[in-house]
Amino acid sequence: MTGSHHETPAIRVSLLAGLQQTFTLAWRTLLQIRHNPWELGDFSIQPVLFLLLFLFVFGGAIAGSTSDYLQFMLPGIIVMNMMFVTVYVGHGLNTDLTKGVFDRLRALPIARWAPLAGRILADLVKQAWSILLLLAVGFLLGFRLETWLGAVLLMGLLVLTMALAVSWIMVLVGVVARDPEHVQLFGFTALFPITFVSNVFVPLESLPGWLQPVVALNPVSTLTEASRGLLLGGPVLEPALWSMAWAALIAAVFAPVSLWALNRRLARSG
Amino acid sequence: MSRHAILADGLVKRFGDTLAVDHVDLAVPSGTVLGVLGPNGAGKTTTVRMLTTLLQPDAGRATVAGYDIRTQAHQVRQLIGLTGQYASVDEKLTGRENLLLIGRLLGLTRRQARQRAAELLGRFQLDEAAHKAAKAYSGGMRRRLDLAASLVGQPRILFLDEPTTGLDPRARLDLWQLIQELVREGTTVLLTTQYLEEADRLADNIVVMDRGRVIASGPPEQLKARVGARMLAITARTEADLPAIRDILSRMVHDRVEIEGLTIAVPADTPDVLPTVVRQLDAAGVAPGELMLRSPSLDEVFLSLTGHAAPEDSGESTGGGNP
Ligand SMILES: Nc1ncnc2c1ncn2[C@@H]1O[C@H](COP(=O)(O)OP(=O)(O)OP(=O)(O)O)[C@@H](O)[C@H]1O
Ligand SMILES: [Mg+2]
Repeated sequence: MTGSHHETPAIRVSLLAGLQQTFTLAWRTLLQIRHNPWELGDFSIQPVLFLLLFLFVFGGAIAGSTSDYLQFMLPGIIVMNMMFVTVYVGHGLNTDLTKGVFDRLRALPIARWAPLAGRILADLVKQAWSILLLLAVGFLLGFRLETWLGAVLLMGLLVLTMALAVSWIMVLVGVVARDPEHVQLFGFTALFPITFVSNVFVPLESLPGWLQPVVALNPVSTLTEASRGLLLGGPVLEPALWSMAWAALIAAVFAPVSLWALNRRLARSG
Repeated sequence: MSRHAILADGLVKRFGDTLAVDHVDLAVPSGTVLGVLGPNGAGKTTTVRMLTTLLQPDAGRATVAGYDIRTQAHQVRQLIGLTGQYASVDEKLTGRENLLLIGRLLGLTRRQARQRAAELLGRFQLDEAAHKAAKAYSGGMRRRLDLAASLVGQPRILFLDEPTTGLDPRARLDLWQLIQELVREGTTVLLTTQYLEEADRLADNIVVMDRGRVIASGPPEQLKARVGARMLAITARTEADLPAIRDILSRMVHDRVEIEGLTIAVPADTPDVLPTVVRQLDAAGVAPGELMLRSPSLDEVFLSLTGHAAPEDSGESTGGGNP
């Protein structure tokens, strides 16, 4: 135990204690939802709404029938939604920074990395929930899994791994933005082109030739292709490797940059 | 613990071209209260943030509870509590959840954390609001929750950055009482304030800061002796009465006489000032509109310590300085 109960205070936080603190902080982020149920809408209602809208508005025109389009689109919607949900990492972090909660945490004898890790962990829980929800609604609407159940799990892991990487971009946005509203503005503005210039809604082949290489390289596309492969059958290994390469690259660039920016911001806050 | 709960030696912090803290020395004996008094921009918050390990000093060194704030920050954090200038509670959680969170982070078991939260909520009269989200709290309640949050770990040393700024007089008195209780229990307190009265009331020693520097320090009595313990303020009924009043006052106190609007204020250090002034006003046939004794404002402290008025924007925040 810490605080006045220690006659001689500990020199550092143990890894185990740091992990516990991370879980506690993740719990806190999820607890916030209880008092702000509308937040649930951001990663529950919104993705389902997207699914339904695109399905019934475009389904007939693009794929000829909604049931075919559902097969095609569900994996892509899951990927797209994952991208959008990462914005909440930045949003939450920025709120903590601007409201002084981050300072309160930093003045506590906890692991230096726990506040950020807790936030990212909570985000992964939200992500997992969104994926499950979209799958459940998909199955209700008649989605047919054409592979095996374990493949669903693999798809989930793949998507969560990318979420973890993209979260680091949003950490940077959360640090740089003036207030939480700007996080959303930056975040969504950046994400819209990336998610829509992809194969989420239309097959790669239907796009103009000059655009195809770009779309094919887009991590959203590679991840969608891998997810389709896992749920519907088709190539998996190559797009999955591409996706993981992307995730590694994004994390390798943005994790250090984000941490640097965060420390810079903290060193300058008076 | 060492004899001094807080020792600072030549602390310096720069933000770009601003020298926010300029070689500040502090020595706070264990179990005492230090009041850091200063106008906006004096460097109070920056000093507190360095001492609480949130900010690295550019130069100088300091120990808190005997631990170096640079090299032993983790130890320092285990022994201090901080209530920042702006309430830093999680607005989306209830008061109780905020305290539970801190308790759990400090390594309390679930049951201990619950017990500690209940204790603090009771003590800070927040039981009724315990289950409401903190964003629905009033300013005073938020402040109390903030203070409660910094006490979860039973800190030996408590840092309070302008704990009562923005509170109404009643809430301010309540908070003073809570702080005094903590001090009786043995907590060392460093509090910053813009109100001389607050420092006078709570502190064993006062440090006056201006533009990043300590410009005066000592026990409140000593400081007040330099500044004038009380001010006599007379408000004339009409402008025509002003010269007569000013003449009487300046003859009596041989000191600077400050005029603001229809109000003239002078230090009133000796007990006979008030009766003498009343007699002389009466003899001169001047009936004042209002006549009162009050503590000097921060502006007046500054004027007598530095010879210059406090930096411009501090005026408005010291306006309510005499609750
Ligand atoms: N992050 C920062 N970047 C640039 N300048 C800063 C920063 N923080 C503080 N300053 C400057 O440093 C000086 C001291 O600021 P500080 O906040 O410590 O004063 P203070 O005494 O707490 O004032 P207040 O009563 O307004 O809270 C001011 O001139 C302020 O403008
Ligand atoms: Mg301040």
